[in-house]
Amino acid sequence: MTAHVVTRSAAEGTLARQFAEQERREPSRARASAFARFAAAGLPTRRVEAWHYTDLRAAMPDAAPILPAPTRAEIEAARSRLARRERFAAGAQLVLLGGRFIAELSDRLPAGVSVTEGPVDARAVDDPLAALNEALSPAGPRISVAREAKLGEPITILHLANGDSSCSVYSRTSIVLDAGAHASFVEIFAGAHAGVQRHTATIIMLADGATAKHVSVIGDEPGLHIETQIWELAKTAELSAFGLVSGGELTRRQIFVRMTEDGAKASLGGLALIDGDRRADTTLQVVHAAPGGTSREFYRAIVDDDAVGVFQGKVIVEQAAQKTDGAMKSQAILLSPRAQMNEKPELEIFADDVVCGHGATVASLDPEQVFYLQSRGISKPDARAMLLEAFGRESIDRIEDERLIDPLRARLAAWLGARK
Amino acid sequence: MTANSIGRAQAGGRGAMLEIRNLSVSIQDKLILDNLSLAVDAGEVAAIMGPNGSGKSTLAYVITGKPGYEVQSGEIVLDGVNLLDLEPTERALKGLFLAFQYPTEIPGVTTMTFLKAALNAQRRARGESDLTTPDFMRRVREAANTLKIDQEMLRRPLNVGFSGGEKKRFEVLQMALLAPRVSVLDETDSGLDIDALRVVADGVNDLRDPKRAFVVITHYQRLLDHIKPDVVHVMARGRIVATGGPELALELERNGYRDYAEEAA
Repeated sequence: MTAHVVTRSAAEGTLARQFAEQERREPSRARASAFARFAAAGLPTRRVEAWHYTDLRAAMPDAAPILPAPTRAEIEAARSRLARRERFAAGAQLVLLGGRFIAELSDRLPAGVSVTEGPVDARAVDDPLAALNEALSPAGPRISVAREAKLGEPITILHLANGDSSCSVYSRTSIVLDAGAHASFVEIFAGAHAGVQRHTATIIMLADGATAKHVSVIGDEPGLHIETQIWELAKTAELSAFGLVSGGELTRRQIFVRMTEDGAKASLGGLALIDGDRRADTTLQVVHAAPGGTSREFYRAIVDDDAVGVFQGKVIVEQAAQKTDGAMKSQAILLSPRAQMNEKPELEIFADDVVCGHGATVASLDPEQVFYLQSRGISKPDARAMLLEAFGRESIDRIEDERLIDPLRARLAAWLGARK
Repeated sequence: MTANSIGRAQAGGRGAMLEIRNLSVSIQDKLILDNLSLAVDAGEVAAIMGPNGSGKSTLAYVITGKPGYEVQSGEIVLDGVNLLDLEPTERALKGLFLAFQYPTEIPGVTTMTFLKAALNAQRRARGESDLTTPDFMRRVREAANTLKIDQEMLRRPLNVGFSGGEKKRFEVLQMALLAPRVSVLDETDSGLDIDALRVVADGVNDLRDPKRAFVVITHYQRLLDHIKPDVVHVMARGRIVATGGPELALELERNGYRDYAEEAA
């Protein structure tokens, strides 16, 4: 490929200055190497395949100032906000305020789980924004679940935005499940306004036989939400992940899953509720690197007004990954003639004994179904809401845990209710 | 037969519960209903028989307001109101019901959620309060028992995984619960074995009373052995071409539709 010379954008210049400033305060070789990877690529444009439908370089004219660590007064203000805030799920809650883990606002964790604060390392994935997150994130919470520990209740990680000025918030969380452990996690993003550029990453390692569920909920209104998840699954580890997007001007969820040993299972799902002139992009890369793995991807989107949805899913079956069983599905309903959904499911298969498939559909609400409900006396708005709720629920229900399903359903119902 | 008696547009039309006047309907420029007139009195069971393609299902859909049909002229009057001005929902709330020939499958919407939404929508329209859950459950259970519908079926998504016969029985269950004033049954007998046919017919007969009317669309005399019609209309080429008593159905069973198809042509 020929190298193309691109002038550095204003945002790229700001990011370089922000990184240099950080290096003066607390130099780090790992971060310098991450920033070099980012700088070599720059902010992605449509020419980068994985960013084909989201031209971040164009969408991000500048990088907002990096939010400093919260002051004592801000921590106390957050404490009273938290007291009033209804929780998504029962169980212990860890709080990040403005991207920083705040132990004193967090609950005690149950037996078998511990949290420390420190730099969060990860297997490098080939993505400029994952590298940028690594370069600019402060120390984050590192959660460990002990060998064979079975947690009863989910652990919530609340990402609370801070302040009302324009700012960039970087955060990085690590979750490690030791062999045979079982745990559920919920990440809630709350309180951001349009001036917030959020860069968040969660790195999750599952050891042999570990099982994890993970739910991510983006319901606030940041100008930019860039979320990277990096999963690594060892032998027979099982992951079930779900993401609900119902807010944010530009939302990009990028999920990298690597099954490094035999018999791992990954089930990924999501629901994007997009209206107004929002854009929501979900991009997956699932790598089967060992035999006998199973992967399921099931994503749905409801797109209205001038909104734009993106689903890109790439499943890579390496040569060693014989007997892989993969199925990917993405479905969207468009509610307006101007709404857009871009779908790009892809398989790259280098093994010969595998069963893999994918399907993508984009449709309107079925007028036959609307008529059937109306013919029984149900109003048109109610009929449409019933059908949309059913469509959304089918993706939510795959998480197979009522404690997580019920609050997700409630958010879906609230989103639909607000539109009637 | 005189033009005046056909469809009783004028003879019995005055004071009719449902009256269709000079209705012409097309789909994508193809005329399907051609100046059709029909009157149905309160308390009456009117059978509409006719060959394939005569416009019977179109008539059922246009009465209930399915989108996609272009009404060229005419009106459909229920209680002095032209239904063509109303949304399908408003028609249903006025007491109109269609038992679909092919009930629509709706994945993800549970049958019970749907039933409750429909019943309460109709109750609210009448100024009544919503049913309590126990009261709702009791009514559904009773209706299901009468129609020999398995409770398990009601836990499935709406019409999904129902056999053809189960779908038809479920249409009649909805009719029993909603107790409509005018029911249009579109080939409810198709796909039913003789036992299911009897159950469905009993469901209709149980609802018969002087304040309700039924329009029973069918190809075959068979259903009319179980639901005795007061009047039989023959439909061909988008219009009513003959009207008579129950004996007309028997005559059609013997001779087929050929006479009428030719007459209309």
